[in-house]
Amino acid sequence: MPTAFTPSRRAVLLGAAGALAAPAVLRAQPAPIKLGILQPVTGALAQDGEYGRLGAELAIAELNATGGIRALGGAQIQMVFGDARSSPEGGVAEVERMNSEGVVAVVGGFASPICLAASQAAARYDLPYIVDVGVADTITTRGLRNTFRFSPGFGSITAAALDNLVKVNDGAGKPARTVVVVHEDGLFGSGMARLMAAELPKRGFEILETISHPTPSRDMSNVALRIRALNPDLIIPSSYYGEFVLLSRTLQQRRIRPKGIYAVLNGAASNYRFVREFPEAANLVMDVNHWADPRKPKTAELRRIVEAQNRYWLFNTPMNYSAVMLFADALERAGRADRNAVIEALARTDGAFTRHIMPYGPTNFVNGQNQSGQAVNTQVIDNDVKVIFPAEFADARPVFPWPA
Amino acid sequence: MRSFPLEIVLEAVANGLLTGAVYGLVALGLTLVYGVLHIINFAHGALLTMAMYAAWVCWAAFGLDPYVAILPLVPVFFVLGYATQRLVIGPASQGDDSNIMLVTLGLSIVLENAMLAVFRSDTLSVQVPYAMEVIEAGPMLLSFPRVVGFGVAFVVAAVLFVILTMTDTGRAIRAVAKERTGAALVGIDVGHIYAVTFGIGTACLAVAACLLLPSFYVSPRVGNAFVLVAFTIVVLGGMGSVPGALIGGLFIGVVESLSGLYFGDSLGQLGIFIIFILVLLFRPTGLFGAKA
Repeated sequence: MPTAFTPSRRAVLLGAAGALAAPAVLRAQPAPIKLGILQPVTGALAQDGEYGRLGAELAIAELNATGGIRALGGAQIQMVFGDARSSPEGGVAEVERMNSEGVVAVVGGFASPICLAASQAAARYDLPYIVDVGVADTITTRGLRNTFRFSPGFGSITAAALDNLVKVNDGAGKPARTVVVVHEDGLFGSGMARLMAAELPKRGFEILETISHPTPSRDMSNVALRIRALNPDLIIPSSYYGEFVLLSRTLQQRRIRPKGIYAVLNGAASNYRFVREFPEAANLVMDVNHWADPRKPKTAELRRIVEAQNRYWLFNTPMNYSAVMLFADALERAGRADRNAVIEALARTDGAFTRHIMPYGPTNFVNGQNQSGQAVNTQVIDNDVKVIFPAEFADARPVFPWPA
Repeated sequence: MRSFPLEIVLEAVANGLLTGAVYGLVALGLTLVYGVLHIINFAHGALLTMAMYAAWVCWAAFGLDPYVAILPLVPVFFVLGYATQRLVIGPASQGDDSNIMLVTLGLSIVLENAMLAVFRSDTLSVQVPYAMEVIEAGPMLLSFPRVVGFGVAFVVAAVLFVILTMTDTGRAIRAVAKERTGAALVGIDVGHIYAVTFGIGTACLAVAACLLLPSFYVSPRVGNAFVLVAFTIVVLGGMGSVPGALIGGLFIGVVESLSGLYFGDSLGQLGIFIIFILVLLFRPTGLFGAKA
């Protein structure tokens, strides 16, 4: 008598459970990749830090929503946030914590002193560090193999600023010859003023006077009076936000209209807050600064998201968005969540990395510095910040000299 | 040193006078508290910042023009000052003057950081249509908010003068300032007068804050920039002297403006502090101060 195999009830249940469980095992999520985001969100630099964090958050959300890191089976990116508290010590402490939490890389820092200290702390653990904004040239000239800067440094920004000034002036038929430099008397402003004093005369400009002022300043009337007495063609300011706003409003009040205001790395002239709050004072001010590529559709999309949150569109957001995308790109190419592999992949980043929104040419790192990173010339035109230089990224033509 | 056309120098002097009047107003509160309580109020700067934030909130939340905000803020800050002296500084000092100094210093740290926590470190400003208006006076362009500030500062000084000379409270304040024990003996409530004086000093700050806001910004440490100047004015005008504070304020305003014009704003402050040292060396009682 043939014996038919009759499975026991238990076997059936086990089999069914196994069949149900199998797809779940196949689809198991790979472990999330921890990414350190370092920004100063308290203290003097809090505004910049908040906008930097926003950019990183937007990039991480987009990466996770579009399938994660494909090379790692769609691994999600998990943000480990650290508040640098507007000081280098704060940045170092947070890098230590991020390291102990097992991050694969750190992105951010904002200010040069924080970037310098935090990247050095990260170097001890072979932890890749991507600088978002900090412009000090020393950040990438110390020979730290873990440190990468996608954006331009001080030397290249100021060189472009001077070259573009000549181009703007020549393009308009050389209306400007005399210059007054107004600068805050700290490290940043004084350094910029010295550079201008050395370089402008070589380019055919005459510096009538260099006027310094403290930060904070209560009053810009005297500076305005001196400018009125000197009557320069061009004013070149290097000050922080509050003082530049005060200066430009005082100039407006005193009816002092030079042929142009040409700022370099100015805290206000590429800031929508200034444009919204004091449109008349901000009108037609030019700046050389970081700015997102206005011609990329993703830029407009991000800007809509940011403005829908009732926030201003500052450069910190696209720069951090792009820096996180750079990390994701390196991770894809490294193929494993290993710090050294990511460092090597970052160093080999090339023109194939296009998921950023900065106005840079094909990426090319030399000693950690992206050679194609560049600042652009912006100008406040019709209550908007427009890019006027270089021509391949511009979305407006310079208005120079100012109409009488 | 450069030479400037006369009209530029005149305009700098005018600017100095206009700014100096508001400095004088800030110094007025400081000198009054010193004259009566014989303490240096280190919380003066933090209270000024607080008043500026209050004026900003009035504008941002209720659309109140800073000049209109003077009306509600003066009583509010009087009460605040009164309560601060009565409930915090007085009891905490245990009657010892050196304690009071430390208490006000501590208070300023607490207030500054509380404002940092609430408003963050960002600078805030109000947008009023007249902020950039100018009044043409001959060849000079005078800033409208500063001219208003100048006028109101004098009105406040006049009101204060009337209160001090013609009212019972004013007479009591002067009595306590001159002779505390004697005043207590004739039945004046010294604790109450102390608190009233502190309240008046704080109310002066509320006025100064409303005058400053249209042409200035506010951040958690903005008050200190003014109070350092106010200390110099109080020393120059004579500790405790009301006209001294006002005239000292005008003088310092002009010195600051002219030294700013000739030596640059980075060195503009130098003039103020040279005067500070000279006064301490040669006339320690100040221009209008009584002999100690």
